[in-house]
Amino acid sequence: MSGPYVTEDKKRMTFALDREALVSPAVLEREQRAIFDKCWIYVGHGSELAKPGDFRTRHVAGRPVIFCRGRGGEVRALLNSCRHRGAIVCREREGNARQFMCMYHGWTYDPDGLLKGVPGDAAYGPAFDKAKLGLVPVPRLEHYRDFYFACFDPQAPALTDYLADAKAYIDLVVDQSPSGRMEIVAGVQEYDVKANWKLLVENSVDDYHLPTVHTTWLAYMKNAGVDLKPREAGLLLPTTGTGKDLGNGHLTTDNVNFRGRPVARWISIYGETAKPDIEKIRAELVARLGPARAARVADTNRNLVIFPNLAINDGSSVTVRTFFPVAPDRMQVTAWALGPAEETPERRARRLDAFLTFYGPGGFATPDDIAALESVQQGLAAWREVRWSDVSRGMNKPEDAQLNTDEGHLRVFWRRWSELMGQSP
Amino acid sequence: MTARRNIETATRAEIEEFLYREADLLDAWKLDEWLALLTEDCGWFVPPNDRPDADHRSTLFLVADDHARLVERVERLKNPGAHAEYPHSRTRRFISNVRVTAIEGDTVHAAANFIVHRFRRNDDVRQYVGSYRHKLRRAGGGLKLAERRTILDGEELGALGTLSFIL
Repeated sequence: MSGPYVTEDKKRMTFALDREALVSPAVLEREQRAIFDKCWIYVGHGSELAKPGDFRTRHVAGRPVIFCRGRGGEVRALLNSCRHRGAIVCREREGNARQFMCMYHGWTYDPDGLLKGVPGDAAYGPAFDKAKLGLVPVPRLEHYRDFYFACFDPQAPALTDYLADAKAYIDLVVDQSPSGRMEIVAGVQEYDVKANWKLLVENSVDDYHLPTVHTTWLAYMKNAGVDLKPREAGLLLPTTGTGKDLGNGHLTTDNVNFRGRPVARWISIYGETAKPDIEKIRAELVARLGPARAARVADTNRNLVIFPNLAINDGSSVTVRTFFPVAPDRMQVTAWALGPAEETPERRARRLDAFLTFYGPGGFATPDDIAALESVQQGLAAWREVRWSDVSRGMNKPEDAQLNTDEGHLRVFWRRWSELMGQSP
Repeated sequence: MTARRNIETATRAEIEEFLYREADLLDAWKLDEWLALLTEDCGWFVPPNDRPDADHRSTLFLVADDHARLVERVERLKNPGAHAEYPHSRTRRFISNVRVTAIEGDTVHAAANFIVHRFRRNDDVRQYVGSYRHKLRRAGGGLKLAERRTILDGEELGALGTLSFIL
């Protein structure tokens, strides 16, 4: 590793990224230690664990984790590794368990992680203490409004401090639910992208690419009768939007909606018959939140990145998307749909249909994003000769006046990344 | 019983012929001709890998198109702006194990297995493996596809990446 990978000159309005940061195994190794082992990393949503004993197994920052609800109802994230030899004690994707039994020698643990059974335990000496041999929980597990994050650094600040101004943007998502309860919808999309993970951070919030990468999605919207005329002169997109710094490396777009929202802005794609129902949803928002807050929830789209690897895109529908690097040029993406827990079946169906118009491996837009990122990664093979990527778009304006099509919010990510990697731009 | 078996045997040959032709049209990217094989009320579903039997109205699918959405999907795929499929992937589909599973009035339920090999320049060869559940309807002299449910065998989409072409 060399560096600095990020160089910035405010006077000259330049900001550049060394492409080695996107191809180097040494950089990835350092990221695992300096970023993924230090930051709060998304594990899952409380709604995925309805009852005591419910569990979901997943990988978090490279570790096998059992995300589960203990017997008393407490949400836990236990490292999925037997205390005896290390085998995975729960090999199923999801379910409800009274106990987890290691297939190797049969040690059993309850859903709180306590070691309950050791076959032939009379063969151990007095120092063998079952009470101290439970499944090891992740060092820290905290949640904000049912979004659970783990941290492998015991000294890290509290999650609510870490999230900084991103909390207000999570609130805007959760405010879609009359009861304040959002839930993960069944059905998970898990796919690999042959690109560096940081490229998906950028792609999640970079609206500069929309007119070029998503021409066919925009054509589909136009065919369906959605108004795509720019509302102001000089815009690259139909409506105006901004890119924002939320502190601690978190960032968001904050855009005036044109693409429709299940809660609650009708577009022709939903069909005429959906109109009165969307109006009802809107009326409930206004009654509960007041007209200004209701408009904030219903008339803006926000693609939020919680540093380093969680994107909550509140756009055509709501998607929660996390991604982990498995190599400098490969990431594994997991994406879910999120909706109000009390949503009627009709509204849920509309939300899921709206999701698929844009998002996911079979959507009308995400496959082209992936094609773009994989194309970038292929081009990065020339990094030794074509060394720097330009990230200066919008620097001719103040950083607090950055549009969604500028790169001010991307620079927020890169500055934080650089800082945690031990380099100051 | 014998009469019924005869109907199913005859139908299976006809369905195989239909599915082979359908696969050829997709492999040749003759998407408008392919659309003509579908009923106007058809449904086109790829459930998520973890919920193969779910309902698209309550579960997040990978693809859940009606006829209108399929027409738009074809429009998209014919546009060079569909970057994930420009240039078009080369595909080769193998359909096997075709069985008639039920006959209800003019609707025939038929299952099949598939392997779709997909090739792109500068990319890995990808193999999509799974089973189809079809509803075919007699219309005019021939058959039309009223529903396809494509069940992928993989535990996750994983290395297959996306479903940017029609599976």
